[in-house]
Amino acid sequence: MTEEVVITDQDDLIINVGPQHPSTHGVLHLVITLNGETVKKVEPHLGYIHRSIEKMCESLTYRQFIYTTSRMDYLSSHINNHCCAMCVEKGLQVEVPPRAQVIRVLMDELTRLASHQLWWGALAMDVGALTPFFLAFREREMINDIMEETCGTRLTMNYMVPGGVMADIHPNFQRRVHEFLAHFKRKIDEYDELITDNIIFQNRTKGIGFISKEDAISYGMSGPSARGSGVQCDIRKLYPYEVYDKLQFKEIIESGGDCFARYMVRMKEMKQSMSIVEQLIDNIPEGDFQAKTKNVLKLPKGEFYSRVETARGELGVYIISEGGTTPYRIKFRSPGYSNLSALDHMTRGQKIGDMVAIMGTLDLVIPDIDR
Amino acid sequence: MSFVKNYIGEVWGAVKSLATGMKLTGQYALRHKKEKITQQYPDNKDTLKLPERFRGEVVLIHDENNEHACTGCTACELACPNGSIKIITKFDLTPEGKKKKAVDTFVYHLDLCTMCNLCIEACPTDAIKMAQTFEHSVTDRNKLIKVLNKPGSKIREGVEEKKSQ
Ligand code: SF4
Ligand code: SF4
Repeated sequence: MTEEVVITDQDDLIINVGPQHPSTHGVLHLVITLNGETVKKVEPHLGYIHRSIEKMCESLTYRQFIYTTSRMDYLSSHINNHCCAMCVEKGLQVEVPPRAQVIRVLMDELTRLASHQLWWGALAMDVGALTPFFLAFREREMINDIMEETCGTRLTMNYMVPGGVMADIHPNFQRRVHEFLAHFKRKIDEYDELITDNIIFQNRTKGIGFISKEDAISYGMSGPSARGSGVQCDIRKLYPYEVYDKLQFKEIIESGGDCFARYMVRMKEMKQSMSIVEQLIDNIPEGDFQAKTKNVLKLPKGEFYSRVETARGELGVYIISEGGTTPYRIKFRSPGYSNLSALDHMTRGQKIGDMVAIMGTLDLVIPDIDR
Repeated sequence: MSFVKNYIGEVWGAVKSLATGMKLTGQYALRHKKEKITQQYPDNKDTLKLPERFRGEVVLIHDENNEHACTGCTACELACPNGSIKIITKFDLTPEGKKKKAVDTFVYHLDLCTMCNLCIEACPTDAIKMAQTFEHSVTDRNKLIKVLNKPGSKIREGVEEKKSQ
């Protein structure tokens, strides 16, 4: 028999944070039960930005549905598109040319860098430092410019198509990536000086929002948030796709389980991403950037699943096909949703001011949670 | 004694870490080269150049004779995920007296377009492309429904409708 635990009582204060609260970075609505300043319970209410993407995809063809996934986790739109394209390729059994594979991985890692930069700036702003936000955007702008040149857009790319990538890289691509790497290598030390070593930041994050390895697994957390608790869950290592198995990089795992550990995972991951980009940027093989595919794509009857590591964790795309030109059913397993479910566990007994830091280190993107 | 020692050590570490951060901020304030890292829009309107692949809006390419390469095959209309393109076709009479399909009105809904580039990819004759314009704000959204083929324009000589494979 399960034991009923009563955690709230009559004198508790119930407040709403959001759906329009600056620290939730989107339309997330949290109903918080407070005893004084201590959080007793957090209840996320979703649905404010539900666009029914999964249902919409059922009426779109296998070429068309990919663009909608840029609007899920808009900070890793390349990686979302990548996962969808991979799933369709699995069904079609097409081989992606080596050049396209390398370009895809390059774009993924640049996206990861840009996403982590934005997260770093936003987290610093959440805990009360404004300057880092501007510094982060300065570097992120360089990546955005690179993307703009090659893909044509800055945020919602739709660059990965079934069979490869939409267009070849821009002639300036390699030069600009080199420039960015040289610039960011110097600047990432500034990030450390400003925030990582800062005593105020450390006091606000160390020991805050603890979640153990077992709990992280049972909540289904993934990505840097889970790796901060010592869970080995990097899809790039566990189920390597494209050229990841040929690359030298470390899976960053911290054992702390608190906000600072999750912070450190992302900071170190940025350096790993930079090293991946460095390994590939001068070694882009010659050849086609897109495999030959039919004009109208038809997946055979069956079920297909692909998974990638986005900047936030594991994204899964599950397609059921009835053999037609549109999917019968699509399901996205988004990392943000599972990570959010652990928020209640992490914030219990913490102060309400710390909740902002905890949410910041979970790196929630609301449209990803609420598809 | 060790408590006091730890305490002083901690305070010293804290002051040092803050000083490091302040030093960096100070450096930026004093020795920074005063370069502007933000776009000075709209002051730089004349010099602002967007990359050639930038997706601003879909346009139909017309040459100097007011001719385009659109055969009215509606491949772009079918490729568009959200129905931003509507091709209204007509039948032209060729000199031999045969009927030939041609585009009558190329309606483009800029208000629906998501700049996904799928229509451009789908066009077999490369008749459309992405333009770099981005100042699309208007006060009436009906103004965003555009007709892309210019009045009096016709299909360029020699462009044939390709059958999609
Ligand atoms: S860019 Fe995409 S949304 Fe816009 S008209 Fe072309 S296919 Fe449709
Ligand atoms: S696909 Fe090209 S040729 Fe066909 S209707 Fe569209 S613009 Fe015209």
